[in-house]
Amino acid sequence: MNPSCGKGSMLTSSRKSSEVVLDQFPAGLRVLVVDDDPTCLKIVEKMLRTCHYEVTTCNRAETALASLQANRNGFDIVISDVHMPDMDGFKLLELIGLEMDLPVINSGHRAVMSADDGKQVVMKGVTHGACDYLIKPIRIEELKNIWQHVVRKRKNEWKELEQSVSIEDGGDKMQKQSEDVDYSSSANEVGNWKSSKRRKDDEDELEDKDDTSTLKKPRVVWSVELHQQFVAAVNQLGIDKAVPKKILELMNVPGLTRENVASHLQKYRLYLRRLSGVPQHQGGINASFIGTQDATFSPISSLTGLDLRALAVAGQLPEQSLSTLHAASFARPSPKSGQPVPMVDQRNIFSFNNSKFKTGEGQLQQPNLGNSNQMNLLHGIPTTMEPKQLAELHQSFENMSNMQASVCQSNSLLMHRGSTRFPPNMGQPLVSNGLPGGLLLRNISAENGRGLGGYASPVSQTTSSAALTFPMNHGPELPGSNSFPTLGSPPGIPSLTQKGPSKEDIPVNSDAKGSSAGGIIPGYYLLNDLQQLQSNDWEVRNVGLAFNSPQNTSSLTGNLENPASSLFVQQGISSGSMRNSSSGGGSKVSYLVEGTHHQNLSSIVNSSVRIKSESVADTGCQNILYTQHFGQEDLMSVLLKQQEGIAPVNPEFDLDGYSMDNIHV
Amino acid sequence: MEKNQIHRQVALLRQSLFDQGFIDEQFVQLEELQDDTNPKFVEEVVTLYYRDSTRLIVCIEQALDKNPLDFNKLDSLMHQFKGSSSSIGARKVTAESTQFREYCKAGNGEGCMRSFQQMKKEYITLKKKLETYFQLARQVGPLDSTSRPN
Repeated sequence: MNPSCGKGSMLTSSRKSSEVVLDQFPAGLRVLVVDDDPTCLKIVEKMLRTCHYEVTTCNRAETALASLQANRNGFDIVISDVHMPDMDGFKLLELIGLEMDLPVINSGHRAVMSADDGKQVVMKGVTHGACDYLIKPIRIEELKNIWQHVVRKRKNEWKELEQSVSIEDGGDKMQKQSEDVDYSSSANEVGNWKSSKRRKDDEDELEDKDDTSTLKKPRVVWSVELHQQFVAAVNQLGIDKAVPKKILELMNVPGLTRENVASHLQKYRLYLRRLSGVPQHQGGINASFIGTQDATFSPISSLTGLDLRALAVAGQLPEQSLSTLHAASFARPSPKSGQPVPMVDQRNIFSFNNSKFKTGEGQLQQPNLGNSNQMNLLHGIPTTMEPKQLAELHQSFENMSNMQASVCQSNSLLMHRGSTRFPPNMGQPLVSNGLPGGLLLRNISAENGRGLGGYASPVSQTTSSAALTFPMNHGPELPGSNSFPTLGSPPGIPSLTQKGPSKEDIPVNSDAKGSSAGGIIPGYYLLNDLQQLQSNDWEVRNVGLAFNSPQNTSSLTGNLENPASSLFVQQGISSGSMRNSSSGGGSKVSYLVEGTHHQNLSSIVNSSVRIKSESVADTGCQNILYTQHFGQEDLMSVLLKQQEGIAPVNPEFDLDGYSMDNIHV
Repeated sequence: MEKNQIHRQVALLRQSLFDQGFIDEQFVQLEELQDDTNPKFVEEVVTLYYRDSTRLIVCIEQALDKNPLDFNKLDSLMHQFKGSSSSIGARKVTAESTQFREYCKAGNGEGCMRSFQQMKKEYITLKKKLETYFQLARQVGPLDSTSRPN
């Protein structure tokens, strides 16, 4: 076999994609296929050509990496076999996804021996950043839609980058770009995405230049070994405390500068966030998962991918991927240990459907909405949360605190505005394998769907492979909570909620009810109503999470009143908030329900979600996530009210100890 | 006249391959990829498969000669072989490969040997049949096939 890459078509580095391809998109999509089996390679190549894509093939992972690095913008998507002798397919995946920000699709054989094997393989792919999983033998129908991953990813990344950059740098750079880029509609922006991509790339370069601040440094190539050292250093320091300077010291690589590390760290953080559940951008997704899970969720395992799927499902994914996933026999979430359930309780919460945001849960990851079948979440009527459920939630929150980092992401999830959220994988456990920050946003299945922002159709489909399309695009704006990877520390987790006007499109909630678990988790999205958030724009920063004020609703009330308090609804509630390690009444997690300004917020507070949310409700957008325990009737009334736009804001969230006191509507 | 007959024969032969389970739906996918720009695509792929898989088979045979058997290695080799076989739609061969892998996982050396022999038989049989099929098909030009097997 020739070790080199065969180029089916030229790698047109000179091609200005935006010029040529826009009209014909997805024709001309530049795909890199990596597979050590020449027969498969030839077949897939032919299939892709038939789809009018530009194909480059490689039979070795190293050559693939080399060509990717040599021509960073030369490809739009990568399809890689997971089983390759010369390099671990997953490592390649990680490198590509992390360093190059390309969507990667895994391919592999159907698990033969047991469903678990298949699931594990798929899950592993997901945790390493794969956005889909194709079962061999690959069929052309499955290849026809791979372009969606590219679009989705670009959109999300764009937003992500925008958010993080603006947060970190004051956003001046990004701002200009954000103005130009209109991501409001996901699929329609195809035309834009390329130009955005270019802009983004330019932006990256700009950033690099700024980093170096003076002279242009030669670009550092992050090889496998270097990246490993980096990861080791980060893990040693702890993701919270990993600052470029210290990482640099630990790595002790001559010639590496702090700026190099800093930019790589930024990408790595984005990557982690993505893994954890794609929160943030995904917007709703994160939020949802938290709450909705039914206790039965299997521990976080796996679901991240599925969640994503769920999200994808909810929003945009075509069923195909899901079916693929199914094929992968992604078995239902077998509860994995670990955090399980923080979200699980959420289920109950979700039953709320509306507001449950389990913010914070972001990390939850996996709470797998467990029950794959159960997902009952919200069947429209919030189920009353039993006290113990709350306790569970509480636990989960605590778990979440462990999670941290991604918490921020969860915020985004929750916050989503309006985007309906993700249907927690209904059925499929949102397994988040403990991913760091795995925000699994699993949507909150707001069953209400109605008022609440679209419901995310549960992803029940996720059962199958985890290959979720990662970037779930849910609404366009997802709060940038990302910028705070580890909210953990500050108690009040102020998560950014991005305000974004409801642009978010709420992912479709197709009621996936049928699908597995039946749970479609209505994305609690009250968000729809929350659209009001519009005014919120990224104000995340200002959010002063007022979480800390636990237990008293007063704090909430107070917060509610003043806009200044900036609500953050973090959807995923950054771990920081989650951490409410203070168990029992202590943890107050303020989840801001995003977007919903005012009124909706109250609705958001799902009774089920007992998050002690101290959240500060911004008058503007009250994204308060209240996990209040509403009695069913109360909840209903609340919901109904909200529907009418009358958001009874219950200032008295008694976040303490989950007492589901009814929130007065 | 003759051409028609050959046409018919080709079609019948093709259908019988499906009916007897030698090839499956995936083969049809390959056929669908064949077009004027690449009129011998299916044949090329099959040829490539046989060439490449020979190497794998040799490796497996060598591994089976060792004592004690390294099941992990056997499984891994067979995993690759199975992937190729399934991508051309070689149904029986793929099924035997699966069986082989099960024996590997169970640590059943005897079973591995047996199923390997069986798989090889199917492999050779299929090769012959496909060769005949392609020869015939060449005579009639592009097939108006791509009809799904019943």
